[in-house]
Amino acid sequence: MTSPVCPVAIRIQEDDFDIACEIAALTGGRTDIGAVVSFSGICRADEDSAKIAALTLEHYPGMAEEEIQRHVDEATSRWPLNGVTVIHRVGRFMPGQNIVLVLTASQHRQAAFQAAEFLMDYLKTSAPFWKKEESATGTGWVEAQARDDEAAARWTRS
Amino acid sequence: MKVKYFAWVRERVGKAEETIEPPATVRTVEELIAWLSGQSEAYAYAFEKPKVIRAAIDHAHVRSDAMIAGAREIAFFPPMTGG
Repeated sequence: MTSPVCPVAIRIQEDDFDIACEIAALTGGRTDIGAVVSFSGICRADEDSAKIAALTLEHYPGMAEEEIQRHVDEATSRWPLNGVTVIHRVGRFMPGQNIVLVLTASQHRQAAFQAAEFLMDYLKTSAPFWKKEESATGTGWVEAQARDDEAAARWTRS
Repeated sequence: MKVKYFAWVRERVGKAEETIEPPATVRTVEELIAWLSGQSEAYAYAFEKPKVIRAAIDHAHVRSDAMIAGAREIAFFPPMTGG
C-alpha cells in the first residue's frame, strides 16, 4: 500500500479566509478523498455573560508556524490523511468574524474527524497565540482554560 | 541571547524583545526568571507568579528546569489561548 498524498498548507495571516475556496483547493482534481472535515473558530459576542466588542490575537512569528507543523506531522503519522489545511488569523476581530480554520481530508470520515479535533485541541493549548478581549469594562487577556488542557491530554499516547 | 516577551508578559516588561547577558551562574529557565525579576520592578511584576509563565527555547516549549546554555532565543509568555 502506498501512503496517501497529503499536501499540507499552514498559514498565519491577517486576511480572512473562504472555507469553500479552501476546501476546493484541497480536493480539486482529486478522486482519492472521501471525507473532508472543516472546523472554523469564530469570534463570539459574549464570554461568561460579558459582551465582547472585539478580540485581538497576537502570535509568536516563527514558533507558531513550527508548532502547527509539528502537530500536523503528528496527525499525519496517526491517521491516514489526504490533506491538511490550517489557517490562523491574527489581528483585531469583531464578533462574527473568522479566527481559525482547520481542514482535514481522508478516505474515510473517522480519520478526518479525529485529526481535526486533535489539531484544534493542540492549537488551543500549545500553539503560541494569545487573545485579548475588549468589552465595556475594559480590555483583558483571555485566561487559558483547564478544560482545553484536559481536551488535549486525551490524545497523549502512553 | 535574545529574549522575547508576548501578551501580558510583554506589556508588563514594557518591551517585545531585548538582548541580555545574564551571569554564568544563571543556568536554567527558572534561574533566568529569578535573575530578570531582580533587574527592575517591571520584570518583578511580569514574573510575579513564575509558575504561570511558559517558556520556549529556540521555538520549542521547555520546562522551567531546562538549561539555557547555547540558546539563541528564549521567549516568555502566558499560557496559550489561540484557536
